[in-house]
Amino acid sequence: MNDKRFLRFWQILLLAVILFAWQLSSLFSTKVAFFFGDPVGVAERLVTWFFVDGDIYRHLGVTLAETLLAFAIGTALGLLVGLWLALSPQAAAICDPFLKAMNAMPRVILAPIFALWFGLGIASKVALAVTLVFFIVFFNVFQGVREVSPTLLANARMLGAGRRDLLRHVYLPSAMSWVFSSLHISVGMAFVGAVVGEYLGSARGVGYLILQAEGSFDIRTVFAGIVVLTLCALVLDLLVAKVEKRLMRWQPKSGTTEKIHPI
Amino acid sequence: MNSEPALLLSDITCTFVSRDNPGQRYTAVADTTLAVSSGEFVSVVGPTGCGKSTLLNIGAGLLEPSSGTVTVYGKKLDGINRQAGYMFQADALMPWKRAIDNVVAGLLFRGVDPAKARDRGLAWLARVGLTGFEDRYPHQLSGGMRKRVAMAQTLILDPDIILMDEPFSALDVQTRQLMENELLELWSEKRKAVLFITHDLDEAIALSDRVVVLSSGPATRPIGEFPIDLERPRDVTEIRGLPRFTELHARIWAVLRDEVLKGYVQHRNVPEE
Repeated sequence: MNDKRFLRFWQILLLAVILFAWQLSSLFSTKVAFFFGDPVGVAERLVTWFFVDGDIYRHLGVTLAETLLAFAIGTALGLLVGLWLALSPQAAAICDPFLKAMNAMPRVILAPIFALWFGLGIASKVALAVTLVFFIVFFNVFQGVREVSPTLLANARMLGAGRRDLLRHVYLPSAMSWVFSSLHISVGMAFVGAVVGEYLGSARGVGYLILQAEGSFDIRTVFAGIVVLTLCALVLDLLVAKVEKRLMRWQPKSGTTEKIHPI
Repeated sequence: MNSEPALLLSDITCTFVSRDNPGQRYTAVADTTLAVSSGEFVSVVGPTGCGKSTLLNIGAGLLEPSSGTVTVYGKKLDGINRQAGYMFQADALMPWKRAIDNVVAGLLFRGVDPAKARDRGLAWLARVGLTGFEDRYPHQLSGGMRKRVAMAQTLILDPDIILMDEPFSALDVQTRQLMENELLELWSEKRKAVLFITHDLDEAIALSDRVVVLSSGPATRPIGEFPIDLERPRDVTEIRGLPRFTELHARIWAVLRDEVLKGYVQHRNVPEE
């Protein structure tokens, strides 16, 4: 308890020192003020967004909607394709080079293509983020199914499990344990996909706000946007940690194996 | 009752082909015939790595022999042996299921009503001495407790044939003897056919009606059969002190010792073929 307070104290102090130095240097140098803005200005901007105009909510809502949609769709697709390929080795062997190529490709570059296909609305951002989430989930599911112990499988079969029982009671739980361990990364990736998509072309969203502000050299708004995105990412991560803790109660706390995180 | 043996392995040969190098073959079991009558407790002993588990997997229908047939109560086995329950050497509980859900898994696979299955599961947990532990996950149980759950999981299905692959080998001596006594008690209630694999001769004699000795691998085959005429009910800790036990042990060990030595030499050198 004392230890924790001690840590908090130093963390807050560090933050205060940084903010103070930032504010001070922007007061004394117009260059710093132009290129880095100033914390008070950023704070003013945030207050205006959230409490005076209240126009951030619309943009934040769009970004979060994109994130959650992409996360849900990407996870579902990854789960389906991962289970299917892991359970039919022949299909996996055929698809292997294509999957490797698609995973190796820097997929952010697909954003302009998705903008052409799906327009400048929400769909093109979701599509981009899905391509990021899909592969993380897919590789983890694939590994999770492959890692099921042969004894466990044999035991389930001896107990009378059919194909569907095996899928539901053995393969899926095993795959899910890998998926949950990569949840932090896939939610983060969904967020990145959404924001990058917005930044490259959109009419709404926090990424769009940042792009607009950058166009008019409004550095304070850019920083304010970054602060909002960072806070959102932290909240998402906390939520994931909560969900994970609830659903993974069966797993021993220590001595867990390393999980694969592609990209 | 049926006069046919509960489980009959006849002229079983099992050859494994290396996946990377098809020219490389390993014959684990050769020309083996083994019968277990209903109500009989048969133990199979042999040196480590001699193909004991292979034999059991064939009896369970998990593995198809290269040649030979498996019959269950006179019927040829095709696919998984539905009349058999299998207790594995390694931990085979589903780690994501609580103890009770592991125990009733087989009942649910067989379409038993979940509420009824739960009642039977709780009764079985009580029988193996785990009342109050039903909501624990396997990682929250000790090794001995996990074996008890596995035993309940297998026996709740009331299989006609029980296959056991060194189920207690990972336990400490005290827990092991407790579990052996519990197994004998449960078995004596229903007298199922048991095929018990072990490398521990003491355990084999203490539990069984008959002990079969296997030769060392490759091409393992039975080389001796010894009826165990010790009285039942038995207590595995006390029985080890009886003169008859010592006598049987000496006779079987005389056969087994040579094979263990051979197996030891073979494992030090790389096996050919």
